[in-house]
Amino acid sequence: MIHSLFLINCSGDIFLEKHWKSVVSQSVCDYFFEAQEKAIDVENVPPVISTPHHYLISIYRDKIFFVSVIQTEVPPLFVIEFLHRVADTFQDYFGECSETAIKDNVVIVYELLEEMLDNGFPLATESNILKELIKPPTILRSVVNSITGSSNVGDTLPTGQLSNIPWRRAGVKYTNNEAYFDVVEEIDAIIDKSGSTVFAEIQGVIDSCIKLSGMPDLSLSFMNPRLLDDVSFHPCIRFKRWESERVLSFIPPDGNFRLISYRVSSQNLVAIPVYVKHMISFKENSSSGRFDVTIGPKQNMGKTVEGVVMTVHMPKAVLNMNLTATQGSYTFDPVTKVLTWDVGKITPQKLPNLKGIVNLQSGAPKPEENPSLNIQFKIQQLAISGLKVNRLDMYGEKYKPFKGVKYITKAGKFQVRT
Amino acid sequence: MSSEASIYNRPSVLDCFRSSGNSWFQKRNLKQMLESSKDSAKLDAMKRIVGMIAKGKNASELFPAVVKNVASKNIEIKKLVYVYLMRYAEEQQDLALLSISTFQRALKDPNQLIRASALRVLSSIRVPIIVPIMMLAIKEASSDLSPYVRKNAAHAIQKLYSLDPEQKEMLIEVIEKLLKDRSTLVAGSVVMAFEEVCPDRIDLIHKNYRKLCNLLVDVEEWGQVVIIHMLTRYARTQFVSPWKDDEVVEEYSENNFYESDEEQKEKDRKVKNIYTMDPDHRLLLRNTKPLLQSRNAAVVMAVAQLYWHLAPKSEASIVSKSLVRLLHSNREVQYIVLQNIATMSIQRKGMFEPYLKSFYVRSTDPTMIKTLKLEILTNLANEANISTLLREFQTYVKSQDKQFAAATIQAIGRCATNITEVTDTCLNGLVCLLSNRDEIVVAESVVVIKKLLQTQPAHHGEIIKHMAKLLDNITVPVARASILWLIGEYCERVPKIAPDVLRKTAKSFTTEDDLVKLQILNLGAKLYLTNSKQTKLLTQYVLNLGKYDQSYDIRDRTRFIRQLIVPNEKSGALSKYAKKIFLAQKPAPLLESPFKDRDHFQLGTLSHTLNSRATGYLELSNWPEVAPDPSVRNVDVAESTKEWTGILGMTKKEKPTEKFYSESEEEEDESTNTSSSSRCLESNLHLHCLENCIFRTKTHELLHRMSGKGLAAHYHFSRQPGIFGDHMVSVQVTVTNTTDQKIENIHIKEKKLPPGMRVHEFNPIECLEPAESITVSMGIDFCDSTQMASFQLCTKDDHFNVNIQPPVGELLLPVTMSEKDFKKESLSDLNILYKVIRENCTWL
Repeated sequence: MIHSLFLINCSGDIFLEKHWKSVVSQSVCDYFFEAQEKAIDVENVPPVISTPHHYLISIYRDKIFFVSVIQTEVPPLFVIEFLHRVADTFQDYFGECSETAIKDNVVIVYELLEEMLDNGFPLATESNILKELIKPPTILRSVVNSITGSSNVGDTLPTGQLSNIPWRRAGVKYTNNEAYFDVVEEIDAIIDKSGSTVFAEIQGVIDSCIKLSGMPDLSLSFMNPRLLDDVSFHPCIRFKRWESERVLSFIPPDGNFRLISYRVSSQNLVAIPVYVKHMISFKENSSSGRFDVTIGPKQNMGKTVEGVVMTVHMPKAVLNMNLTATQGSYTFDPVTKVLTWDVGKITPQKLPNLKGIVNLQSGAPKPEENPSLNIQFKIQQLAISGLKVNRLDMYGEKYKPFKGVKYITKAGKFQVRT
Repeated sequence: MSSEASIYNRPSVLDCFRSSGNSWFQKRNLKQMLESSKDSAKLDAMKRIVGMIAKGKNASELFPAVVKNVASKNIEIKKLVYVYLMRYAEEQQDLALLSISTFQRALKDPNQLIRASALRVLSSIRVPIIVPIMMLAIKEASSDLSPYVRKNAAHAIQKLYSLDPEQKEMLIEVIEKLLKDRSTLVAGSVVMAFEEVCPDRIDLIHKNYRKLCNLLVDVEEWGQVVIIHMLTRYARTQFVSPWKDDEVVEEYSENNFYESDEEQKEKDRKVKNIYTMDPDHRLLLRNTKPLLQSRNAAVVMAVAQLYWHLAPKSEASIVSKSLVRLLHSNREVQYIVLQNIATMSIQRKGMFEPYLKSFYVRSTDPTMIKTLKLEILTNLANEANISTLLREFQTYVKSQDKQFAAATIQAIGRCATNITEVTDTCLNGLVCLLSNRDEIVVAESVVVIKKLLQTQPAHHGEIIKHMAKLLDNITVPVARASILWLIGEYCERVPKIAPDVLRKTAKSFTTEDDLVKLQILNLGAKLYLTNSKQTKLLTQYVLNLGKYDQSYDIRDRTRFIRQLIVPNEKSGALSKYAKKIFLAQKPAPLLESPFKDRDHFQLGTLSHTLNSRATGYLELSNWPEVAPDPSVRNVDVAESTKEWTGILGMTKKEKPTEKFYSESEEEEDESTNTSSSSRCLESNLHLHCLENCIFRTKTHELLHRMSGKGLAAHYHFSRQPGIFGDHMVSVQVTVTNTTDQKIENIHIKEKKLPPGMRVHEFNPIECLEPAESITVSMGIDFCDSTQMASFQLCTKDDHFNVNIQPPVGELLLPVTMSEKDFKKESLSDLNILYKVIRENCTWL
């Protein structure tokens, strides 16, 4: 399946290579560089490239290209999903998935890749199992290891590998037993010129951080489970139980993981928490234009909208912008033509406004279209879909865990057309 | 975190990233470190070497020094040596042989992880000489007790096969054996090996088909993908097509999304009258459905393609919701999923129509995603949604991403040809775009208008005139060529303009693009034929220019046209027909989706993504006309009874089903439909179970014959009303003499009982002959507690301490009562009890 893996940074250096079968020369990456050049920006590099003898399947994560070499037919998603899992594991082990982190920990990276794939077929991808085989680097452990000469490589088979709950490691012990759930909802929306919603949808996830001793068996129930239209589960969840009772019942992995992700269908009306008033115009035959944007919260929310950031990709003809913001600060990058306005918290008494003059290239035709506004925001303590966790029960263990649920609503791909 | 992390690693690893100059010194240094007696030095050296390998630097000179450490006690050194060996053994085969004996020893290690990793390295080092050793190791590992080692054996099969394809037959035997394995850990890997080594040996799957279907949910996610793809191919060879009655099924598919399950069932029953699905086929569909909820995009896609290729058309639509969910994922996943949706939406629009808005384009999407979304939107367009779509397209046309704007115009053109109601609207819209400032947009509009006009040329003189005017300003060759072609084709409709256009273009002929030159020649020829009075000289001038053009294409075309239109003695009969040839009615171009021809590849495959056959692509066969014998999938009776005795619940799944029972009735009234033979089998089975579960109650050991010096005793709870009184639980004790002498006077003595507990002893057994056994009953009052009753079992010369502890269930008394009484009682006590039991159950 997966023959080789090359990690390539933005400037085109191959800084790590790993082969699971015979060695494939680095020169195979030339086809990738060729495609990269053609694509102009990184976003447009095709994930699947065909070369005379190999196929290259790549992903782009955190400024690194993960380029895998394939020789025979394989479902492309299989490879893509796996590469993302590799990146997730690096993130999990080193706290960030960056070139320096990988270079600094090259031995652990190599050991990880060795365990994750055998002959190109995934062997162990669960973080709980990997952590038993290869301990994540910590300062304490490296000091202890250098004194005692012990290693951070496990010498017995992780118990999870053989049990039917491979995601949980055995013998977990904590002095403080805690279970936290973050319900994070993102609003994907397209708002048209006149302010009406063209498309809106809520994508949610429940991320968990579970630090419980022993083998706890949890069940999480909702006040209104019918809201969840389409759900995907972590393998630990008992599907039958969900089908029949709409209760999430599971023996959790240890540590951080994504419990479910769900979609609240667009049939339900999605409340859009902010509105935008905009006036962007470019004058014919003159090298200037006007820009005036106001953001306000919708009345019915009751919670403050914070962390508001607006980014706008201005047309190419824009040279510079002279704006004044009543709140927050703005930057305009004349090279990439990106305007960013960091608004912060919105208070309904004084609506933030950004107003001023746009300088256009003289002689260039006036831009055809007004740019669309991408908006980010955050609302704490609110799940916009109205989803509520009812209760969390624990069976199988005697202690009383500390439980907590946090709700956050964020803007996903939230776009206002002007 | 990373800065903390690297404290230990940094000096060693970063060194080798920095140093490039003094590599000779470095290598000598490393060699010394590897030969030192300290593990820490060795480890440090190995880490540096791995750093070199990672960077792609050559470290093969160190092979002799490294290979010595293969037997190191330090597990980390050992692992790094393994990494090194896998990388360089192929290049240094002779030296690599030194390490083989270590692996052979490790293969016998009691630690399964060590056995497995030894097998992994042994099979990964690609040294042809050790093929027989590998074969032996694989065979041994395939019957290892640890499923983890067996999984590694399955992986090793592929490695050996790629090293030496001649071992195929032997390997197939191992695959056959491992396919029978019941461990979920092994299933994915062995199917992978099967796909690689012998994908055509479908016969190996038959017996394991149902097992694989049932295990599927518990297999790890990567294995699921491989198994689902294999089963898709398998099912296409073994079952008849469920699509035969397309029309009947199609009717229902309309409002499929809003139906409850019951309606669905009813529908199935209706369809069934016409076509009956093999229960095994149904089993596959039913067991893969939950996997649509997987977090792994590859699994969801695999199930989606399985439903697409195998399910009745009315059922395939359940996958669309999950596929749309994947669109929230990262760019690469979106790209592949959208491609597959594009192919699906061409054939079955209905599947994705409810999700139309999910494919709306955002200005921040990468261009490749935008184009794919646009493609799907175009496929989904119909009379009902076209007006919304066209409004949406209007936004896209103005996009700053001009490549995408051009694609939108193409899309509008396709909508216009497909939906006749909006053709005029679209055409007007496109004409408006002609005054757009952007050249690419205008050019693309011209091209699309040309195609549209061709489909209905009757009354569009005005548009053609408008376009003729544009010719002065447009510089994009394709657009210019299109306009010229249009004018030439319909020159009779614009008799005044056409010659003038030719005049203008003749002037600029030499500076035009080749594409435009060809069209100028074309225009000239057509005008020469229709309006030779005005244009004869002009055409000849153009033809002369063409004759001396640099491009041989144009010279060639010029010669051809001249021969055809200008009659001379050499030109044959053809020139008589010149007018017919040039001005023949041309068929309108079909505006088709570029995804039209992808559907012959299995969805979700690399070949589908690339739209060309990838190496190793396995063709999906067509449905057979007549289903092959379904009984091949039946598991042997002898084999299966063994399983039945173990797990009662398994009977339903493993039972040999006959082809003609329907899926919906399968669960409830199986006996009515089964053939006599299988009914017979089933009744056998029931008897078997009864014997096991009811007549053989659980026996506990009281005294083992070893500790009892030949006297053995067992007891069980007879569950009959106590003969010694209401509070006594009756216990049957079976005493056996396993010695070769008589045992005399067996009785009970020295009871050590908790307060309140009483025992009714059995009558002393006077004499027990060798190999004889006798059953006596006694009564014990446990006072409703589960405390032990301890006493001594005595013979004539000896005494043994024994004890009996009752399980809770044995303390309960059977009570018969009328329904009325029951209700009265249950309202109070039993309700509470019931609750308690239920809570207990959820704990378990």
